[in-house]
Amino acid sequence: MSALLLSRLQFGFTIAFHIIFPSFSIGLASYLAVLEGLWLATKRDVFLRLYMFWTKIFALAFGMGVVSGVVLSYQIGTNWSVFAAKTAPVLGPLLAFEVLAAFFLEASFLGVMLFGWKRVGRKLHFAATALVAFGTLTSAFWIISANSWMQHPVSFTRDESGRFIAVDWMQVIFSPTFPSRLGHMVLAAYLTTALAVGAASAFQLLRDRTQPESRVGLRMAIGMFALVAPLQLFVGDVAGKVAATYQPAKVAALEGLWDSGRQQPFHILAWPDRDLQGNRWEISVPKMGSWLLKGDVNADIQGLKAFPRADQPFSLLMFYAFRAMVGLGVLMILLGAWGVILWLTGGPERSRAYLWSAVVMGPMGFVAVVCGWIVAEVGRQPYVVYGVLRTADAVSPIRASQVSASLLGFLIVYATVFSVGALYILRLMAAGPAVADAPPSAEGHAPGSPLGLGVEHGGEGPP
Amino acid sequence: MSLDLPLIWSGVLALAVLLYVLLDGFDLGVGILFPFARSPADRDVMMSAIAPVWDGNETWLVLGGGGLFAAFPGAYAVLTPALYYPVMTMLLALVLRGVAFEFRLHGRKRGKAFWTAAFAGGSLVAALSQGLILGGFIQGVTVRDGAFAGGPFDWLSPYSLVAAAGLVAGYVLLGAGWLMIKSEDELHGDARTWARRAVIAVAAILALISLMTLRVHPQIAERWGFVAGDFHLPAFLRLVAIPILGAVGLGVVLLGLRRDSHHLPFAGAVMVFLSGYAGLAAAFFPFVVPYALTFRQAASADNALALVLGGLCVLLPAILGYTVLVYWLFRGKVRADAGNH
Ligand code: HDD
Ligand code: HEM
Ligand code: HEM
Repeated sequence: MSALLLSRLQFGFTIAFHIIFPSFSIGLASYLAVLEGLWLATKRDVFLRLYMFWTKIFALAFGMGVVSGVVLSYQIGTNWSVFAAKTAPVLGPLLAFEVLAAFFLEASFLGVMLFGWKRVGRKLHFAATALVAFGTLTSAFWIISANSWMQHPVSFTRDESGRFIAVDWMQVIFSPTFPSRLGHMVLAAYLTTALAVGAASAFQLLRDRTQPESRVGLRMAIGMFALVAPLQLFVGDVAGKVAATYQPAKVAALEGLWDSGRQQPFHILAWPDRDLQGNRWEISVPKMGSWLLKGDVNADIQGLKAFPRADQPFSLLMFYAFRAMVGLGVLMILLGAWGVILWLTGGPERSRAYLWSAVVMGPMGFVAVVCGWIVAEVGRQPYVVYGVLRTADAVSPIRASQVSASLLGFLIVYATVFSVGALYILRLMAAGPAVADAPPSAEGHAPGSPLGLGVEHGGEGPP
Repeated sequence: MSLDLPLIWSGVLALAVLLYVLLDGFDLGVGILFPFARSPADRDVMMSAIAPVWDGNETWLVLGGGGLFAAFPGAYAVLTPALYYPVMTMLLALVLRGVAFEFRLHGRKRGKAFWTAAFAGGSLVAALSQGLILGGFIQGVTVRDGAFAGGPFDWLSPYSLVAAAGLVAGYVLLGAGWLMIKSEDELHGDARTWARRAVIAVAAILALISLMTLRVHPQIAERWGFVAGDFHLPAFLRLVAIPILGAVGLGVVLLGLRRDSHHLPFAGAVMVFLSGYAGLAAAFFPFVVPYALTFRQAASADNALALVLGGLCVLLPAILGYTVLVYWLFRGKVRADAGNH
């Protein structure tokens, strides 16, 4: 294998690993801010106990997000140095703003959030939580802005050495695919978190229907499904229409459309085959494709054959990743609707079928997120900056042996970190918020010791 | 009026890297000292002394990388592939030690032992890798047409190995100094012993590496006044403040140790690092890739530099402000009994 292919594998692997954690920490940070706010407003202990419980899980997820993110910021240079050299005058500022406006904020106030109970008042502690949440969203803003410009680069020129130079920064930052993709990603993070919260709560309720924190947690999650999942369908649809305008090859690939024309069908299932330049088989609804993508059955849509073979993205993978994402999105909508009905008719905890469904759906947000990114990124191929810089031309002058070694290292280390991290998170979830810790138990530590912890920061209650 | 943007940016980036080395330096140093702690309780205190701040500290590394990408992409695109192995090793080590902060709290017997070892080992390997990166950087990398054109092991040499040993010793000194500030009783005494040993190692390696550096690049020797067997005192005198600062720093550490001061050893260690850092600047300015690319050749487009500089004027003071706030909130000693409840 070439350094190019190995670098793509390594980048895809490390970034897919990374995105799992931001999806969780963006959502959890906001959730924690809401919980702490509710606690301050209502003084109900349930919210505090939920806060304490989810903070522990947040700390684990956040830590894994941070370390895997640091890896990415260097990999852009180690493996994609030509990409780095050419695009830095445009993307550099966006990533620099992510560091300056988001990472420092998150990292600094995370310490206060986890270890600060004894050191700051309640209001300031709440402010720290809110700042961390704000930081995660700011981070999403800048990184999605950078990625959106790569998906559809606008407002740039090239200088003598082939570097991209920005013309109008507002247009670069708010490039056409950015608003819908940022919205889609943030909603994805909220949904993913709601599913995890719902699953952990449902799991507790399967054992003890009356567990108070889990009853609250499950209801909050159902509220999120009901609100956010339909919204996500809508925003996803907008994102698809935007992509159809700006990246026709991507959309043709994810729909498995080969011939151009009007009244395109929608393939429910198919087997796109590049060698065949067509689908081996397909199960389709006629005309539906044009309507879904352009809102008009007579709309003209380009098929993959309109693009030179070398410029066609890998349709098969995208086709199924897309269907998995959308299918899961629909299931999430159903889970929300079902939950609301149960809620209105006496409480979701009465239906074991529902609780089990919520448990099974727990990890599905992560699956949908990774599928979504596969659609977005594989659909951009063979370009790294769509239409102007090919991935093959972006790779560093390094050897395949080097990338093999580092890829092997990542596989081993990430497999360890992921399985252990997942084990610890699942263990906490299985133990549940009831045993989390009775919050304010200050005895035992000298007052003003920064941490009664070293062992359990979650155990630190407010004074 | 037009600002010299690349020049300003080289200052900003130098500051980011310096802050990284000092801040993450002490928490990596604490990690390296982990195996030498007497008891699990001491280890918990050591961890608690850095847990609230390590993430912020490591963010300076992200700013170092991200800032290099944003401001001097020419250098970023040459250095990172040239130093591929040590960079990747550093990243993997940072992953292991970074997650250990949380994982140690959740591991049961074997898990805790494993992540304790991962924290110590990861800290050591990260520090060694950074030393190799430093050494490889100082030696210089092969550049053709603005791109890296060397081999995968060019960075490996006796010089870079000595640099790695030196950086580890330096981080240990910082870490021991930090622990002297944060700890009491037995652990404080241990930290003092560690600092005493580290300062000797630092002094020896610093002397060695300084001499070796003069031989690596004749240009550096020249800047220090050694030209073709001749010695020019005026050139040397212009830079003499740098070694003096280093010597004073070592003296401050020793004085602090003798006087039982809790703060002086750390302050002295910082001075030693400042001196080494200034030495590098004196040796290489205006090069960002030693003797191959100047900061002007490596700089990004002016409109990119200007944009981020505008943001930086607001954001950097804020970052420094709340960083100080966080350190201030967590000031004071970490108690031993805090570790086990
Ligand atoms: C939609 C959101 C999102 C996306 C697409 C990415 N990240 Fe990320 N990243 C985050 C959202 C995030 C986050 C929410 O801000 C962090 C903080 C902790 C966490 O779990 O995720 C994070 C952490 C994080 C860190 C550590 C920050 C620290 O030290 O505190 C770095 C260096 C990166 N990321 C870099 C990247 C790069 C280079 C990416 C793509 C090539 C990337 N991230 C994709
Ligand atoms: C977190 C969300 C993201 C995920 C899950 C993701 C996923 C992927 C995947 C799967 C690939 C491999 C595609 C292929 O080779 O066929 C890839 C490539 C790449 N992505 Fe993304 N990506 C994400 C965000 C970003 C962002 C924000 C950037 C840049 C700012 C970026 C830059 C790149 C680059 C440079 C490549 C290398 C070219 C390549 O391998 O094809 N990605 N990404
Ligand atoms: C319900 C119906 C959904 C539709 C119609 C839909 C549509 C889309 C489309 C068209 C894209 C590609 C955008 C582009 O590359 O420009 C995309 C990407 C993505 N989707 Fe979905 N999606 C849906 C549900 C979901 C769900 C439930 C999740 C996660 C919980 C999710 C997460 C993502 C992510 C993370 C991306 C990549 C980021 C981006 O490009 O915005 N999607 N989606």
